[in-house]
Amino acid sequence: MTPSPDSVALVARGVGKTYGRTTALGGVSLEVGHGELVGLLGPNGAGKSTLTKIACGLVRPTSGTVEVGGRPAGTRTARGMIGYLAELFRFPRWMTADEVLVLHQRLAGSGGAASERAELLALVGLFAAASTRVEAMSKGMQQRLGIAQALVGGPRLLLLDEPTSALDPAGRGIVRELMGELRTRGTSVLLNSHLLSEVERVCDRVAILNEGRVVTEGRPADLSRPRGVEIEVDGGTRLYEGATREDVPRIVAELVASGERVYGARVLASTLEETYLEAVGGATG
Amino acid sequence: MTGAGAALVIVGYALRESLRRRVFLVVLVLTVGFLALYGLGTYFAFRDVESFVPPDKNILDPKAFTGATVFGLAMFAVLFLGSVVAIFLTLGVVRGDAEAGLLQPIVVRPIGRRTIVLARLAGAAVVSAAYALVVYGLALAITAAVGGWTPDHVVGPALGLALAVVTVAAISLFASVFMSATAQGIAVFMVFGTGLTAGLLSQIGRALDSGSLHTIGRVATWLLPFDGLYQAGLHALISSTGGLTGVALQLGPFGGAEGAGPLLVLWAIAYTALVAGGAALAFSRRDL
Ligand SMILES: Nc1ncnc2c1ncn2[C@@H]1O[C@H](COP(=O)(O)OP(=O)(O)OP(=O)(O)O)[C@@H](O)[C@H]1O
Ligand SMILES: [Mg+2]
Repeated sequence: MTPSPDSVALVARGVGKTYGRTTALGGVSLEVGHGELVGLLGPNGAGKSTLTKIACGLVRPTSGTVEVGGRPAGTRTARGMIGYLAELFRFPRWMTADEVLVLHQRLAGSGGAASERAELLALVGLFAAASTRVEAMSKGMQQRLGIAQALVGGPRLLLLDEPTSALDPAGRGIVRELMGELRTRGTSVLLNSHLLSEVERVCDRVAILNEGRVVTEGRPADLSRPRGVEIEVDGGTRLYEGATREDVPRIVAELVASGERVYGARVLASTLEETYLEAVGGATG
Repeated sequence: MTGAGAALVIVGYALRESLRRRVFLVVLVLTVGFLALYGLGTYFAFRDVESFVPPDKNILDPKAFTGATVFGLAMFAVLFLGSVVAIFLTLGVVRGDAEAGLLQPIVVRPIGRRTIVLARLAGAAVVSAAYALVVYGLALAITAAVGGWTPDHVVGPALGLALAVVTVAAISLFASVFMSATAQGIAVFMVFGTGLTAGLLSQIGRALDSGSLHTIGRVATWLLPFDGLYQAGLHALISSTGGLTGVALQLGPFGGAEGAGPLLVLWAIAYTALVAGGAALAFSRRDL
């Protein structure tokens, strides 16, 4: 049975994982829809990497199930549908960028040949470094090569564990563009990150993990809730809690009608960062 | 991709990687050094016994005596160097590479973990066995050229040594699933030493006519069959040499060898398969 093209890319149901006495995941349920870009946030030790590793079959869950494209995670078919970039990874020092991609084309059974490699290297801004050895690459270059490696064979689901941790602002820009490109291709992405602003910009949906559980989930815009409107008048600023942008003309008109002089109005919204800190209770791992 | 295709990709990758390791150069230098010394030692040994005239050549043949003794030493060197090659080709293959982050990108590809382990063993086994055969052949050629002596059996001991080296590769691979590279290297060398000691114990037990010591040695030899294979090879070198020469060699420094039937060879093959299977099973259950 081949999974239907519109089936969800990733489903985790009640996934638990314990390492000895440490509970890394305590029953996580999460979905990544077809073509959807989902950001996974959470403090250090929240279980983000563990969940990703279970999805690509590196780690076996203690309880629950994970399916990739309708197949149990970790099976050969499921692994054939994913591209993965680990949080900590290394390629053989003596290989060139192009050789790394050749190896992974063979392992992934990709018939993409030289044109696929050239395209992927160009996509991550490494076109000129095709024959540079890994040992001569900076950390950021290696991470970009890692991203290119994850894209070999055109995976349906991309699992990226902090793919921009070593990248400079320009490199992050490249990855942001790449996410847009993946969206047009219909590739599903699960992205682990600590960079809230980045996740907010590129992800369709965000799940916040804390101590092995999903504590908040939703679209970035919904997570950045309105918190009221602040109006500057002669006597200082007044806060209208619960008011939204739509309320501003009315409030200002009322104030002016009652003889107040209005100097400014500001719509307050909790940022994703505030929502995040609220959700994880300021935890830092 | 088919299992065989994936296995070939992994074997190719492993071989290219091992050629990059500096140890490979060290092994090459050691090998050349050993062969040079061996040639020199063989030359002097044969020259010195030439002056020795035995009462009856049928009772003690100095040439056979010298040849078997020096070639026995060469066989030990082949076992040792071959085992070094086998161990370094399997060093850090599982846990070491996983700790370095090298293994994960490969394991998530649609190839079986068992395929990865068995392909890496196959690569290490082929290279280290070929290495042992080449060095054995060179030592044989040197002995024949310098001393004009060849052993009674040539092929059996060579294959025995090659198989011995393959069992060491399997043991080392098994250890790599559980230990990081340094610990693995140390542990496998200790196991290697234990195997040799067990062989020695068995001989001493036989010489002293101590049944229990002999038994302990024998059991250990079967648990670590590389020493038994080496001993059998030594035994075969002079198995057709008669008279006092044969007797003297049996008791010589390395000649206290025990013969072994085809059972030992079959056991060593089964042993390799069992150990490799155990490694594959343990790896397939491991979190990375
Ligand atoms: N191999 C392991 N053995 C023991 N404990 C582990 C192992 N891997 C992870 N853990 C524990 O599981 C928990 C979750 O770890 P995980 O790496 O998934 O967190 P994370 O959210 O990715 O954190 P970070 O943001 O620091 O990358 C932590 O408490 C960690 O200590
Ligand atoms: Mg992590």
